[in-house]
Amino acid sequence: MSKVTEEKVRQYAEMLRLAITDEEATRYTEHLNAMVDYVQVLDEVDTDGVEPMVHGIDLQNVLRKDEPKKWITQEEALKNAPDKKDGHFRVPAIMD
Amino acid sequence: MNFETIIGIEVHVELKTNSKIFSPSPNEFGAEPNANVNPIDLGYPGTLPVLNEEAVNYGMKAAMALNCDIATHTKFDRKNYFYPDNPKAYQISQFDQPIGENGWIEVEVGGKKKKIRINRVHLEEDAGKLTHGEDGYSLVDFNRQGAPLIEIVSEADIRSPEEAYAYLEKLKNIIQFTGVSDVKMQEGSLRCDANISLRPRGQEKFGTKAELKNLNSFAHVQKGLEFEEKRQEKILLAGEEVQHETRRFDEKTGETLLMRVKEDAEDYRYFPEPDLPPLYISDEWKERVRNSIPELPDERRKRYVEELGLPEYDAGVLTGTKEMSDFFEATIQQDVDVKQASNWLMGEISGYMNKHQKELPELAITPEALGKMIKLIADGTISSKIAKKVFAELVEKGGDPEKIVKDKGLAQISDEGQLTEIITKVLDENEQSIIDFKDGKKRALGFLVGQVMKATKGQANPPMVNKILVQEINKR
Repeated sequence: MSKVTEEKVRQYAEMLRLAITDEEATRYTEHLNAMVDYVQVLDEVDTDGVEPMVHGIDLQNVLRKDEPKKWITQEEALKNAPDKKDGHFRVPAIMD
Repeated sequence: MNFETIIGIEVHVELKTNSKIFSPSPNEFGAEPNANVNPIDLGYPGTLPVLNEEAVNYGMKAAMALNCDIATHTKFDRKNYFYPDNPKAYQISQFDQPIGENGWIEVEVGGKKKKIRINRVHLEEDAGKLTHGEDGYSLVDFNRQGAPLIEIVSEADIRSPEEAYAYLEKLKNIIQFTGVSDVKMQEGSLRCDANISLRPRGQEKFGTKAELKNLNSFAHVQKGLEFEEKRQEKILLAGEEVQHETRRFDEKTGETLLMRVKEDAEDYRYFPEPDLPPLYISDEWKERVRNSIPELPDERRKRYVEELGLPEYDAGVLTGTKEMSDFFEATIQQDVDVKQASNWLMGEISGYMNKHQKELPELAITPEALGKMIKLIADGTISSKIAKKVFAELVEKGGDPEKIVKDKGLAQISDEGQLTEIITKVLDENEQSIIDFKDGKKRALGFLVGQVMKATKGQANPPMVNKILVQEINKR
């Protein structure tokens, strides 16, 4: 399996909006490589003909009836907002 | 050089379930901002989504109406992205096992029928709505966060802006008939993006595409694509390369403007949604949904032509919207002439809707009233000319046509004695016309008919007027 490079770590940090220092980038690269090495043992298992698992719990079709329910008020919804205006959350504009 | 245009379209349709797809918040348009949200929609830690069964049914129904194969094993995936319209920083969507695949719809452009394939239909949740202010801030309303959506992705089978328009019209029409969505662009329950590229005719490889956003009507889609077609052609003819970019349609100028250049492929880091167990859709479940699909526009259209004997044109117009078609069905239920019902709907009613920019359900006239009025014309109680007066009343205020005719004294005069009396008076006052008529001037008769109509406020029975006039003139 290909090793995790520092470049990849920086790329992902950027994507996840995490500000990391050079020192952290080096450290995280080491940690991630250690993890990859650790799980590499799975490569030894013969998975021919085994369907990929998509969920950890053996359940399916957990469904809810289409019944609307009021739970919290607008005021409660906005209670923890650092900034709000006219019933809205207010955030710095990010033009897509 | 001669180029071929390649267009693909993505459409998002909001499903009109009562509650959201993964939470019990009410799913409705037009509520106070952030009044229909709860901790699940807001992405609070410790909350868990639970799938709304009806959202699956609706999505499946739409996918079936679009001729898709329905998945037996399907699941949800996380699509990760950062943007303030989504408090969780991921959208629950479907990645590699969409609910529907390999569909198609048939469109007609310039008298030619063509199948446009649908790559996939998948279920997902909608995001919140942002209003960008002038002050460097945006306001966020999460009422729409978690509303159930289906995304319908066409294959790159569309070859002209006109075909793109026809595809969207047809798609909207079909979804509207299934009843799973209002498909109203102005309310955002139908939204679309279009991809367009050009390639030299005969070349197999696709050219670089541009993605168009801010398309608020089907007409804008067509206009935006037409502009884009010319823009890309110019670049290619100059020997340059089209950039992979996202462009915004500007409704004022009809042009497309650069939003951003797409340098690297987007990486949404999809993975299976751990909070939702997978779905198994049994044959029995599929059958149940299939049986709930009502008659779709193409079937109705066919029936109108083959069973009701209507012209193709009428059948097309009448099935243009579900409202129009349902109104027509209810009208002919009353055993009235189908062509008459069709004429009134395509003529006066459509004319009124266009003039006043109103939808059919907003008009006061009911199918029962229209049917009754057509019967009054058929049995000679009113002339078709007078019917227009009755219609004007019905469309504005509604009511019972028989009562309107009675109250306003609009019934046709078909009494021979009464008509003879009126005609005698008209002839006495227009002796010159009698002479002209006898001299062979046929136009004089038309004038006299007009005078009789004027004297009766248009209520005289026209064939009888003609008959009696000639009789009376010959007596003189």
